[in-house]
Amino acid sequence: MSVERSEPRLPEEGTPTAVAAASLPLRQTRLRLAARSLRRSHVGIMGAVLITLVVLTALIGPLLTPHDPLQHNLRDRFEPPGYSDSERVFLLGTDQLGRDILSRVIVGTRVSVTVGVLSVVIAGLIGVSYGLISGFSGGIVDNLMMRVADAFLAIPFIVLVVAVSGVVGAGLVTLILILGVTSWVMYARVTRAEVLAVREMDYIMAARALGQSGLKIMFKHILPNVTGSIIVLATMMVATTMLAEAALSFLGLGVQPPTVTWGLMLSDGRQYIGSAWWMSTFPGIAITVTVLGVVFLGDWLRDLLDPRLQGR
Amino acid sequence: MQTFILSRLGQMLLTIFIVSLIVFFLVRLKGDPISVMAPPTFSESQVEALRKAWGFDRPLLEQYLVFIRKALTGDFGLSVQSRIPAMELVLKRLLNTYLLAGVSAAIGLLIAIPLGVISALRRNSWLDITATTAATLGTAMPNFWLGLMLILIFSVNFRILPAFGALEASSIIMPALTLGTGVAARLSRLTRSAMLEVLGQDYVRTAYSKGLTARAVVIRHALRNSLIPVVTALGLQFGWLLGGSVVVESVFSWPGIGRLMIESIGVRDITVVQAALFWFALSFIVINLILDIVYTFIDPRIQLRDVKG
Repeated sequence: MSVERSEPRLPEEGTPTAVAAASLPLRQTRLRLAARSLRRSHVGIMGAVLITLVVLTALIGPLLTPHDPLQHNLRDRFEPPGYSDSERVFLLGTDQLGRDILSRVIVGTRVSVTVGVLSVVIAGLIGVSYGLISGFSGGIVDNLMMRVADAFLAIPFIVLVVAVSGVVGAGLVTLILILGVTSWVMYARVTRAEVLAVREMDYIMAARALGQSGLKIMFKHILPNVTGSIIVLATMMVATTMLAEAALSFLGLGVQPPTVTWGLMLSDGRQYIGSAWWMSTFPGIAITVTVLGVVFLGDWLRDLLDPRLQGR
Repeated sequence: MQTFILSRLGQMLLTIFIVSLIVFFLVRLKGDPISVMAPPTFSESQVEALRKAWGFDRPLLEQYLVFIRKALTGDFGLSVQSRIPAMELVLKRLLNTYLLAGVSAAIGLLIAIPLGVISALRRNSWLDITATTAATLGTAMPNFWLGLMLILIFSVNFRILPAFGALEASSIIMPALTLGTGVAARLSRLTRSAMLEVLGQDYVRTAYSKGLTARAVVIRHALRNSLIPVVTALGLQFGWLLGGSVVVESVFSWPGIGRLMIESIGVRDITVVQAALFWFALSFIVINLILDIVYTFIDPRIQLRDVKG
């Protein structure tokens, strides 16, 4: 959570790590530095632990559920947390159809993680290519492309997603696609800014003078300079898309039952908020903790990879 | 200054034109908007008649020209559902959404600025740590869930605030708190880091050394300068507020454009959705233009040219 400027954590000259690091291939050195920085960062560790737990839950969650998350059980409707009858325990209570909330929270993890990760990949691919082309072209093409980006930025993300899914329809795959193709703008802007920063540098000139094609320069020489900022941004966007998925499912425009998602559970919970507080409490905690993990990880990555983005 | 405002206006018009294209094509994402509008019970010939009546059988370009010509006069067509002009429906709800966004932004600033300043002045104190933790938590919490929790506490448990509607003056408290704390969470971190940066500047040291009280230094020298990035961020936060209003208005049944949009999507009323989308974009663009101009006034160092690039 440290938002103040921190120095890049490079090993000092002559320390054992620096000597060891110098003899390793570049990629391995970077990993080592990252691991070192992670060990020193409370925020980073918290983020890494939370995310590991969440991803594990998403992967093997269905094996962990104490009950069938879809099993109706009309005798045990609206049971409060900790309720147990002769044979079963419902740690987090049951919902209006007697389904076990804990099992549903566990199973819901998978949707949240899948949507978060996949739509960020789609958005990243679109946005980074867009930003590369825009920044590299310059002139009127760049200007026009940026106005298009402005237009997409002008329609608030959630509003756009709500409208598109209202027209196209709901469902898990559709939702991932929609979130992906509507959230590319920030990637485009960040990439373009980076491209402009390096475009006039000598090594690009040199590549040009050697007769390399525009595409090759873009992907081989410019793209690597952008990856740090993009990784940081993508992490933050995982948080944003997870929140958007929850909001959309909550509004009934996202994932549809019987698929279990936290947003849908909250939408059920809202209807019974006067009588069953646990229905609207626990799925929300699950979302918050997951997003918190992503945000922590993003904060740490920002300190590590991109000191310039700090505090934004 | 004039050329700056003129070129920003030119850019703005271009952006609005592109927004109009997005709004136009968005309802045609599945090809023909009729497929979205027509109830599934309609027969083939009924669908065809509807398509003719709405002019969706005309060439795309012609459809767009008709759309934009009418849109320029504020005419987005009649609401499919209620047969009232779509724009009229939007305008009726407009004030409610602006009121909510305005009060939320005010709450956000009132929390964020003092908190950010104190956090920066008492860096690493328990207060700073608590504030930063709360801010991080605030960004991770879904705003609609925060809304539900407020309902649970103030309406269900203590029964002191109305859970939905806009019938009483106190109805705005919970939706505005929900959105306002979200803004505060985002802006307080920014205020803190901006303030920290300014406090390290030479002129702050000079101000102290010429014997000014800490209060005068902080308020007259440091705070003013640290507000510059906060003003810029407020523009983007406004987009977040408008977006958040869609969800939060639905949670609290607040009669604004956001809720209107969700309702209209529910009944497939595409003209109203288009009109609402247009207003959202227009509000965001205009607010940011105003902030850009304000920005050049509070910071004379900024060159009067494209600030955003």
